[in-house]
Amino acid sequence: MSRSITVDEVAAAPDSGGTDYINATKGVWSWLTTVDHKRIGIMYLVSVLTAFALGGFFALLLRLELLTPKHTIMSADTYNQAFTLHGVVMVFLFIIPSIPGALGNFFLPIMIGAKDVAFPRLNLLSLYLYWIGAIFALSSILSSGLDTGWTFYVPYSSTTNTAVVNVTLGAFVLGFSSILTGLNFIVTLHKLRAPGVGWFKMPLFLWGLYATSIVQILATPVLGITLLLLVFERTLHIGIFDPALGGDPVLFQHFFWFYSHPAVYIMILPGMGIISELIAVHAHRKVFGYKAIAFSSVAIALVGFLVWGHHMFVAGQSELASTIFSFLTFLVAIPSGVKVFNWIGTLWGGSISFKAPMLFALSFLFLFTIGGLTGVFLGMLSVDMHLHDTYFVVAHFHYVMMGGTVTAFVGGLHHWWPKMTGRMYSEKLAVLSCALYFIGFNATFFTQFLMGSRGMPRRYYNYLDQFQPLHAFSTFGSWILGAAFLVMLYNLLNSLKNGERAPKNPWGGLSLEWETASPPVTENFVHVPHVEHGPYDYAATVARRAS
Amino acid sequence: MTNTPIELGSFWLPKQSSTVAPQVDQAWNAVYWVAVFFFVLVVTGMVVFSWRYRRKKEGEVTSDVDHNTALEVIWTLIPLGITMGLFTLGLRGFINASVAPADAIEIHVTAQKWSWSFTYPNGTTTAELGVPKDKPVKLVMSSTDVLHSLYVPEFRIKQDVIPGTYTTLWFQATEAKEVALLCTEYCGTGHSDMAAKITVMEGPKYLEWLDANGDGADKPPAERGKSLFTTKSCAGCHSVDGTRVVGPSMKGVFGKMEDLADGTQVKVDENYLRESLLNPNGKVVKGYQPLMPSFQGQLKDKDIDAIIAYLKTVN
Ligand code: HEC
Ligand SMILES: [Cu+2]
Repeated sequence: MSRSITVDEVAAAPDSGGTDYINATKGVWSWLTTVDHKRIGIMYLVSVLTAFALGGFFALLLRLELLTPKHTIMSADTYNQAFTLHGVVMVFLFIIPSIPGALGNFFLPIMIGAKDVAFPRLNLLSLYLYWIGAIFALSSILSSGLDTGWTFYVPYSSTTNTAVVNVTLGAFVLGFSSILTGLNFIVTLHKLRAPGVGWFKMPLFLWGLYATSIVQILATPVLGITLLLLVFERTLHIGIFDPALGGDPVLFQHFFWFYSHPAVYIMILPGMGIISELIAVHAHRKVFGYKAIAFSSVAIALVGFLVWGHHMFVAGQSELASTIFSFLTFLVAIPSGVKVFNWIGTLWGGSISFKAPMLFALSFLFLFTIGGLTGVFLGMLSVDMHLHDTYFVVAHFHYVMMGGTVTAFVGGLHHWWPKMTGRMYSEKLAVLSCALYFIGFNATFFTQFLMGSRGMPRRYYNYLDQFQPLHAFSTFGSWILGAAFLVMLYNLLNSLKNGERAPKNPWGGLSLEWETASPPVTENFVHVPHVEHGPYDYAATVARRAS
Repeated sequence: MTNTPIELGSFWLPKQSSTVAPQVDQAWNAVYWVAVFFFVLVVTGMVVFSWRYRRKKEGEVTSDVDHNTALEVIWTLIPLGITMGLFTLGLRGFINASVAPADAIEIHVTAQKWSWSFTYPNGTTTAELGVPKDKPVKLVMSSTDVLHSLYVPEFRIKQDVIPGTYTTLWFQATEAKEVALLCTEYCGTGHSDMAAKITVMEGPKYLEWLDANGDGADKPPAERGKSLFTTKSCAGCHSVDGTRVVGPSMKGVFGKMEDLADGTQVKVDENYLRESLLNPNGKVVKGYQPLMPSFQGQLKDKDIDAIIAYLKTVN
């Protein structure tokens, strides 16, 4: 069946037959044993949001403790455990699986007109592995906690008497979940695109996921090996990293960042993909520089493998190594900058509506630009000597990871919520939560740039009195941020009960997910779609309708 | 630990108190203004286009322009050029900070949970760092336990301190004042208290100070023991006023009967104290973790004698 569709046709099309995926079968068991990528996506969504709530709870506790320079609500040891768990939960249980696991699983097959991912059972397995890994990691809370920081630097991690083994085994299992998802996405994109969906007719979100998947399958094994070696060192006393056993602690950092720097791209690339969707759909305009954005994702993914040493400029690696890593770091900054320019270019000549998802996308542009530019400070060798391991770094990566990825995730969630649930949320509350989020975020984290450049080290329980006003400001900001998420949660949950029924295509998008019902049927489409127009051919579509 | 504040030199940065700092700040200024420029550019573009191209009615025809090769080449190459400039600037300051002058005074730094100790060319060891003004100083650093990192905000220097390896750092202080030295690599419970004070002194005063803090072989043993108790970081884990820190307080320790973790009791005498220092995990005090490091090789016999003499006086 070959046809092209206009915005209005899509919106007006009668619901196609079949039951939607939510009501297709009933009962908890039907969810736990499902191989439907949409249901798996929803279960991922609930899981990662739960992790986010937990990590956010730790964050609020930390900020509260830092309200005063000395003891506020917890002891130094508790504080050290709280920031470790905040980091571990946010990185391994939330941000890495968040967009690929939830939105990626749900939309990747639909966006290419496929019925499911290539290996649906493997997909369910990766969800189960995520749960098992999460249980391992969180079991540490009930046993002796964990106080190494999410980076597990040795020899601290090989000597502390907290639950390093539980958590590293957890992260090891989570790694497999991540690898399997990546593998599944790559094969799906290569093999299951519907007729007419060429590589360059794919929505840019999918390019983001594709680049992410490459990093996931190539880098994650290194983390797995590293953590396993750490476990061997702790349990069998094999000297690999601990100098007391004849090992090399800097080696651990090389191994760790060889994964964890690319992991930064696992976290941000899917978010960048979402932003391309949000801006194009809500500006009703063809993406400016489609190929530049698509290829820059892949370029970032590949060059991103060669810059890990910029985490180690003062760690005791050779000066020559530091110089090379600094140079390559500047190179990897360019494609990210190019993307920002392209997004701004996509606003030019558009017809922009400012619905909540678009407001989140614009917030992203603002916050991510700050996050990216402050990264350039840290890439400069001499400036990094001063800023390394201060709050400047904390602020920088929160601007990228939260201001970037979380903003994109939340924006994407609002954008696709009607499609996933079949319900519309309150636009007013959504705008309110976005405003609170934007204000709270900047109040919390911009202050931290200033503290850092003035010399406030990170991971400090006690701090010099002179930093108190800034710390207090940051803590107040965190409360606004917390409130933003409560409003958002209320709004989304409330829509499930009281929201209006969502139309097929509330925003006038042209990619395939807007052609199927809201919520979609189990098979995604009643007929295999045949696509002739690209996902962003807005001008042509409007013209065709006019004639 | 000390609470020396960090003196500010500008809105963003601490005061420049070393010869390394101006080059670092020059690089900071360059990247700062580049960042401000691009930030303003992006946000202006975003705001102006958002306003100019806001949706006025349904079905507006939008631009079909999907690329512009010249524009895209420009906005790739210009940032590339700028970043290469920034890279070079950063490299310059880094090289300057990495290569210590040959005539630098060499001070050995030992980091341990959660204190610093500094050993000068004449063998003196102190817990706070004293340095002469306008003279290059090279720190040769090592850790006895986990990673630490030596950071002096007003000097703009930082370097990790690693067990089993030496790392180095140098600076030349430009002002006679006290500056804060902090630990910036997470190292556990006392990480944020692992600070020390650097006292920058005029040359002659420095020499005087060094003498006054010297080995003090001529001083009475109890007095030497007292200063060893701080310089060897015992004070980080043991109080002398009865409060419990990481380890038991030393108040009235000599001569008392101590309950051990294995249920036995022992009288605290000279031999027990000596064993506590050289093989601390041999007899562990009840209610405490075996966290005390061994001082085997770090304390000479006469140091141990001095510490014991001091502990006898702590009541
Ligand atoms: C990292 C912390 C730490 C440092 C540094 C440290 N100790 Fe201890 N010390 C402990 C702990 C914990 C115990 C109790 C457990 C044990 O007996 O090993 C202890 C026990 C002792 C005891 C036995 C006390 C008793 O009541 O029986 C003595 C004596 C002692 N330390 C002296 C010293 C001296 C002198 C130094 C410095 C040269 C020093 N310690 C440095 C942690 C430390
Ligand atoms: Cu430290």
